[in-house]
Amino acid sequence: MATAQRIPILKVGRVLVVPIQTDMDDQTVVHLQERILSELERTRARGVLIDISLLEMVDSFIGRMLSDIAAMARVMDARTVVVGIQPAVAITLVELGLELTGVATVLNVDEGIKLLREEFGIEERDEEEESCGELSLLGEQINRA
Amino acid sequence: MESKSIALEHDEDVVVARGEVRTIAAALGFTLLDQTRLATVASELARNVVKYARAGRLIAQPTDSPHGRRGLRLIFEDTGPGIPDIAAAMRDGYSTSKGLGKGLPGSRRLVDEFDIQSAPGRGTKITVVRWL
Ligand SMILES: Nc1ncnc2c1ncn2[C@@H]1O[C@H](COP(=O)(O)OP(=O)(O)OP(=O)(O)O)[C@@H](O)[C@H]1O
Ligand SMILES: [Mg+2]
Repeated sequence: MATAQRIPILKVGRVLVVPIQTDMDDQTVVHLQERILSELERTRARGVLIDISLLEMVDSFIGRMLSDIAAMARVMDARTVVVGIQPAVAITLVELGLELTGVATVLNVDEGIKLLREEFGIEERDEEEESCGELSLLGEQINRA
Repeated sequence: MESKSIALEHDEDVVVARGEVRTIAAALGFTLLDQTRLATVASELARNVVKYARAGRLIAQPTDSPHGRRGLRLIFEDTGPGIPDIAAAMRDGYSTSKGLGKGLPGSRRLVDEFDIQSAPGRGTKITVVRWL
């Protein structure tokens, strides 16, 4: 099994969009967290939108990554929104005793963008969209939004 | 359905373990929510084996209660350092690795039966069952 799975990180306006599309081993989770933070620093994005709608499970390790990203992004003046958590995953997380501290959760990408824009005042400037990962996923991301 | 044994040694084995457990749970007819609970328990307890004992295994065992109820039993065993204070380890927030300390107490909440046996220097064996 591939250990260094590559999760794409896309920049859409001033928001980093991270569609997690496969189950990740712990190393991949740690690596993803580091990459998101360095992309935040590099691009000065103001928001992070993490799409976990395809994740069938969030355990303490992944839950902690989400909280940690939100906390660190906050220090860099960026807000984090987690999108599309499945109902079964959300219920299991509560039973496990995990709150996603500091993480806003919404149902879909549309709502996520709306939240970042309206609540957090993150304007999407008319700048060129830039891909930090693979661009191929961008189309799908926008179609789903 | 037959039992399945999964070696636990590396990070990726944790992913395999939770995937296999979900597949077996689905085949047994567990709801999506129960599949998710079982996969999450598998992930937490398999990670503990890899992290604290370095190696061990998971046995996933479809089972029937005396009353004819179907269920899935998961046995996590290792011959690692063991847990000196089980009561402490079962408490929310207790961790010797700066973890969240949710793996053991959280897993207990996600299953119907939870049994832990551990002796310092001899290893740990955790058996859980969820009934259909
Ligand atoms: N298989 C094991 N062998 C030895 N010690 C263990 C084992 N499983 C758990 N422990 C001990 O029990 C403690 C509690 O485990 P638990 O899974 O609840 O929390 P954690 O692993 O520290 O953090 P988290 O799982 O929330 O990331 C661990 O810190 C460790 O000291
Ligand atoms: Mg643990």
